[in-house]
Amino acid sequence: MPDVRVVNVSKKFGKIVALDNVSLHIHEKEYFSLLGPSGCGKTTLLRLIAGLIQPDKGEIYIGERFVNNVPPEDRDIGFVFQTFALFPHMNVWDNVIYGPRVKGFDMKKAGIIGHEVLEMVKLHERSDAFPNELSGGMMQRTAVARALAAGAKLLLLDEPLGQLDAKVRKELRYDIRRMVKDLELTAIHVTHDQAEAMSISDRIAVIKKGKVQQVGTPEELYMNPQSVFVANFIGESNFLEGYVSIMTGKETSIELRGGTKVHATNGDLKRGERVVLAIRPETFTIEKGARRGENAISGSVERVVFEGTNIRYEVRLENQDSILIAKPSLMGEWFNIGEKVTVSFQREKAHVFPYPETGLKEEIAVE
Amino acid sequence: MPKTKMLEALDRLSSRKAVKYGVYLTAVILFFALILLPPILGIIIKWNTMQQVLNQPALMSRALSAVENSFTIALFVSALDVATGVPMAWLITRGKSKWLNVLDTVSDIPFIVPTAALGYSLLLFWSEPGGVSSLFGNSLVSQGWLLVVLLHFTFSYPVVVRVIVGALLDYKKEYENASRTLGAPPFTASRTVTFPIIKPSLIAAFILAFSRSISETGATFIVAGAFENGPVFIQNMKKDYVGSTYEGSIVFASFILIAVALAIFLTIRALGPKLKLPVRKIWPTFERKLSYSKAASSRDSITLLIFFAIVLIPSLFVALPALQAIFTDTLPKSLSGAGVWGEYWQSLLLSYFLGAVVTILNVIIGLPMAIIVARRKLGVLPSAVLDVLVNVPLVVPSIALGVSLAIFWKANFAFMPEMVVLIFAHLAITYPYFVRSMSAAVERISPDLEEAARTLGAKPLGVFRTIVLPLTKYSILSGAIMVFTRSVSETGATVAVVTSLRTAPVVIVEWVMKKVAATPLEIGLGCGFLIVFSFIILLALRLIVKGKGRY
Ligand SMILES: Nc1ncnc2c1ncn2[C@@H]1O[C@H](COP(=O)(O)OP(=O)(O)OP(=O)(O)O)[C@@H](O)[C@H]1O
Ligand SMILES: [Mg+2]
Repeated sequence: MPDVRVVNVSKKFGKIVALDNVSLHIHEKEYFSLLGPSGCGKTTLLRLIAGLIQPDKGEIYIGERFVNNVPPEDRDIGFVFQTFALFPHMNVWDNVIYGPRVKGFDMKKAGIIGHEVLEMVKLHERSDAFPNELSGGMMQRTAVARALAAGAKLLLLDEPLGQLDAKVRKELRYDIRRMVKDLELTAIHVTHDQAEAMSISDRIAVIKKGKVQQVGTPEELYMNPQSVFVANFIGESNFLEGYVSIMTGKETSIELRGGTKVHATNGDLKRGERVVLAIRPETFTIEKGARRGENAISGSVERVVFEGTNIRYEVRLENQDSILIAKPSLMGEWFNIGEKVTVSFQREKAHVFPYPETGLKEEIAVE
Repeated sequence: MPKTKMLEALDRLSSRKAVKYGVYLTAVILFFALILLPPILGIIIKWNTMQQVLNQPALMSRALSAVENSFTIALFVSALDVATGVPMAWLITRGKSKWLNVLDTVSDIPFIVPTAALGYSLLLFWSEPGGVSSLFGNSLVSQGWLLVVLLHFTFSYPVVVRVIVGALLDYKKEYENASRTLGAPPFTASRTVTFPIIKPSLIAAFILAFSRSISETGATFIVAGAFENGPVFIQNMKKDYVGSTYEGSIVFASFILIAVALAIFLTIRALGPKLKLPVRKIWPTFERKLSYSKAASSRDSITLLIFFAIVLIPSLFVALPALQAIFTDTLPKSLSGAGVWGEYWQSLLLSYFLGAVVTILNVIIGLPMAIIVARRKLGVLPSAVLDVLVNVPLVVPSIALGVSLAIFWKANFAFMPEMVVLIFAHLAITYPYFVRSMSAAVERISPDLEEAARTLGAKPLGVFRTIVLPLTKYSILSGAIMVFTRSVSETGATVAVVTSLRTAPVVIVEWVMKKVAATPLEIGLGCGFLIVFSFIILLALRLIVKGKGRY
């Protein structure tokens, strides 16, 4: 049964380091996502697992089997390509039963499988159509059906929804997850869309510049980001710079730029250390007027953006830092541009990180 | 500045419908008047002379079997070319060695060696005492059909490899990856996915090899010995007969060559797309064995062996006597223009002059045609018909085309200097190459660009000058290279047309055939000069192309 283990894998293309000493364990029957900005090495990792390229260093196991030297056709995988790669000279039916046929199944058995998977993706009526006659969504479903028909227990998906428009994307992502769960497959899904990864994955590996930043469930990544990058890439965060002014037992006090003092819970810091405080826009409370209190900072509303579900405020704090706050638009009162407000947050909602060596901007940059 | 003023005036003029269509119609009329109709009318004018042949059963069966030989060899060689060119193209595009770039360049060499020199080179290599034959005591492959097959294989191989390399570079490897992840071993993946997808290019490569094989005259004449194919038969008629029997036999052979060539070409065009490779049948265990067995690993070595032993080394073998000649008194003699060399240098000049004139004419009358074809400027149907017609001279054996074209011009316009008829013949033969490569280039320019320029206020000629021309500069030059090479190499159409003029390849053929007394070293040196000068001119043109950058 396929769990997948990637052990200390590195891969270079000429001078570009696409993957740098990556280790991951993807459990059996897990829906696992590789999430990261464009060019971070997600596709490279997936192709290494599929055997389409070879690692420079490190080992890959599928189940108990060491597969570094196993060609792709013997790895027993299904692969859904970003561009679908449907064979243009074959119709939907021939595309779908291609896997069973090259694996030597007799026509009858291949036929049965073909009907099953086309049923599953609801494409029965179009089985005579050629790829160039299909809509984007249909091509995508054909690609998934073709990968499933090969009967593999490990499904690799490279941005399988990347080519579709927003609405279809949302529909199809749950379809894929449902099928994977129904068939009890292990799935590795590559995406750069964090909302997509969050909504369908059991666990996610966040990758940046060829390195794994953090692995965890969507909740863990959201609640407990372990780096500035993850705090920014999963959901959104405001970043406030400061330094640790007091460290006693559980109490950590941080002095922000401009002298405002706030409290946080994270330990493992040194007095005087330069830090970044990451606070999500949706965790702030915002109220009228100036108020003193724990972790309360006053400022004024600079911009209001109505987004439908949410309303977002850009607030200029006393110390001239600017933060974003998001509030459900149907709850609570609204504020106007220029209005004096006080924003506050609970200390356990603020994540404190050492100030990144490369600088904050560089650390959270996605390119 | 008067120059810009003039351009502006021309630009304005070009937005008048009458002027625009005037240019296009002129291009079409010139195509019919200079290229398509003369060969057809030529045969019709002398239709009656064919009676001469019909009355002589022996002559007729000789002509028919020669024509049959032409097509048998062309079909066989083209199939062999594709079969051996595919693994070579695969090696070039998919191999990992650093030497592949070199191999890629080297595989073009037989293409730039003018075929007459190539024929002599092969003759030396396979048949004459100094070549491989010396290893075997007697002539390994003597003049005859086998040597003709080897020759045709050699000169069409690079073209086929080039076309398939292009196709494999354009091909999205993701299809093959998909096939592999679905469980197909490499052999099955390429058989059921890659090759079916690039099939149009395989067919195009086959047609190119085929048309080159049925057209080649000079080199074939050198290696044929007593063997006759169509072009050799027409050549032989010159010495075997005089008067109307001669005329009748060459008109007869030309007519059949043209008719059968067109029929085959149309058949391939019509049936090619319908031809299905057997993608549904799969033999898993057998194909897996084939993918990973010794057969697969020795494929590259066999491919390289074929390339070096049958294509490259025989093509360049003429370098031996050429080098030898440099260290004897042959070199000073040749440079002084004494003996046979006076005519040689004249012919070389004529060849390059002809190549240059024909290239310029192609650009002038071929460019508008390429635009008509690519942009369907004269309506969908007429443009599509023109697209097919433009290809006709490509698939017609060039000697046959030359024969009937010469009849047409000499019968109706006897005052016309032979030189002009020769230019027309070369123009007809090279025209399809230029128009095809240009129309492909124009098609690659998105019409959006032209429309954008129009919305910004550019007139039609202005769009051409500022958008089309700069974007296709590279293709114009590479089209010009093709035309030039083809013209310098051409023997068939030349011998069919000329009585007194001699081009370089014709001189080489005459030397080898001992019509003129030249020593082996002189022939070698003559071939050497021809190759070296052609190579230098090509290199210069390619450097210009490189300098302009690719779009
Ligand atoms: N075949 C290749 N040759 C050279 N460089 C490559 C190749 N494949 C990938 N790279 C480089 O390796 C890095 C990682 O590429 P990869 O395709 O894995 O990124 P990705 O995370 O999938 O990005 P995207 O979201 O844009 O698909 C990139 O810098 C890319 O340019
Ligand atoms: Mg990718």
